[in-house]
Amino acid sequence: MNMTIDWANFTPWLSLFGGVLIGLSAVMLMAFKGRIAGISGVLGGLMQFSNVPKGHFSWRLAFVFGLLLSSDIYGLVWQMPSAVIDSGYPLLIVAGLLVGFGTRMGSGCTSGHAVCGIGRLSMRSIAATLSFMVSGFVTAYLLFHVW
Amino acid sequence: MQTFLVFISGLVFGIGLIVSGMSNPAKVIHFLDIAGSWDPSLGFVMLGAIPVAFVGLRLIEKQAQTVFKEPLHLPGKTHLDRSLIVGGFIFGAGWAMAGFCPGPALVALGAGYGKALVFVVAMIAGMLIHDHPFKRLMHRTQS
Repeated sequence: MNMTIDWANFTPWLSLFGGVLIGLSAVMLMAFKGRIAGISGVLGGLMQFSNVPKGHFSWRLAFVFGLLLSSDIYGLVWQMPSAVIDSGYPLLIVAGLLVGFGTRMGSGCTSGHAVCGIGRLSMRSIAATLSFMVSGFVTAYLLFHVW
Repeated sequence: MQTFLVFISGLVFGIGLIVSGMSNPAKVIHFLDIAGSWDPSLGFVMLGAIPVAFVGLRLIEKQAQTVFKEPLHLPGKTHLDRSLIVGGFIFGAGWAMAGFCPGPALVALGAGYGKALVFVVAMIAGMLIHDHPFKRLMHRTQS
């Protein structure tokens, strides 16, 4: 395996600072609502229709709206960086199904497990993060170099 | 007021994803594709996020309540089971295929990308399939 670093797109400081904001948001949600900032959990909770306690939906919707509006608010002040989505529609659909199913089955995604869970030194989250990172690296290798 | 602060939390999260580069699937794929021209930036996202979460969540857990004096909802940390690992593996495969995990997909949807909408609809379908038919099936085979 021949490893080359993509220096042209390497953004350590911006990524570090963005990470600090993500960590800050996780702390804010815990301080304000006592909840783990796991996006798959917040979103998945909106798919529960029976036996939901009072106040189940409102904070989830508020958090999701914050995410949905973040590009607009960002764009008011700075130039919104463009997202490049190279995958075709069939691959996007398969990927979406796997991400939705897998995050619910594994009780979390990058935010809930890799940020909040590892931040809480949770063995569950460390195991889950190892699982999806290894799977992500292996899948990328198979998809872009073998298949 | 509380709901507004939760909205602001979501906003800060989304802006963090944009600043860090996570909301750009091409950058995510360049991180996951070690054998290509590798962009290690996204490792720095975790380096920035985890220490802040570590210190902040620890302080709040010590208080054992929110600023509104409500209880905290904290998931267990130790119980490892097959669905945690298999679910993680399935998620990782989908993540590498499109470069989207749930948060960035919602940010890109908000930014108006049609492809993000397709991904998010499929992701919600995947969640519904897991939470409703699949879970019921698993319960039936276990009992």
